[in-house]
Amino acid sequence: MRLSLVTGLGLGLAAVLSACVTINIYFPAAAAEKAADKIIEEVWQLKDGQQAPAEKPADTPAETPAK
Amino acid sequence: MKKLLVGFMMIVSMFAANWVAAAADLEVNTPAISALKASMQGRHGQLSPHYSAGAIGLTKDGMIAVKDATAVPLKDRGALNGLVSAENADRANLYKEIATANGHPEWQGDIQNTFAGRWIDKAQSGWWYQGAGGWVKK
Repeated sequence: MRLSLVTGLGLGLAAVLSACVTINIYFPAAAAEKAADKIIEEVWQLKDGQQAPAEKPADTPAETPAK
Repeated sequence: MKKLLVGFMMIVSMFAANWVAAAADLEVNTPAISALKASMQGRHGQLSPHYSAGAIGLTKDGMIAVKDATAVPLKDRGALNGLVSAENADRANLYKEIATANGHPEWQGDIQNTFAGRWIDKAQSGWWYQGAGGWVKK
């Protein structure tokens, strides 16, 4: 009884760990795109994901993301 | 013994939850990344007219390059080259910092490729970028 419990837990653990490894081995392309968009919008000071007029980089607060 | 195992399982599942969260969103809020963003944001005001004039453009590898130096007066070309070099240094560091902040330095190239596409996608019309066959006006 105890042995089967331990074996079961061990198998479950192995499944959980392998799932983690699977998630982390591959490059998270969607998350990277999201992160890139956020950073680009901050660096170029784009509003609402649209092309902002670049002539007046005015006195916008430095680090606050628009959304 | 059983209690010990259950406790162990709980700890493991907590870590697993962290890993899943990390996979869903990339970590981009480190001091190094913030500093690079601020530096690039400050430089963008100077670069912006050069993008519009076609003097510089976005490369397909997520950097910028001088496309047509004759679009700026001779006396300003040195400064333009300096701006481009400084911007590219920041960009290279940004890609590296994002990869290391997420515990995967080997992702640097993938991150750079992702940014390459997104910079071009978000560029203003009239700016130049490198397509498969050379410079293209957006």
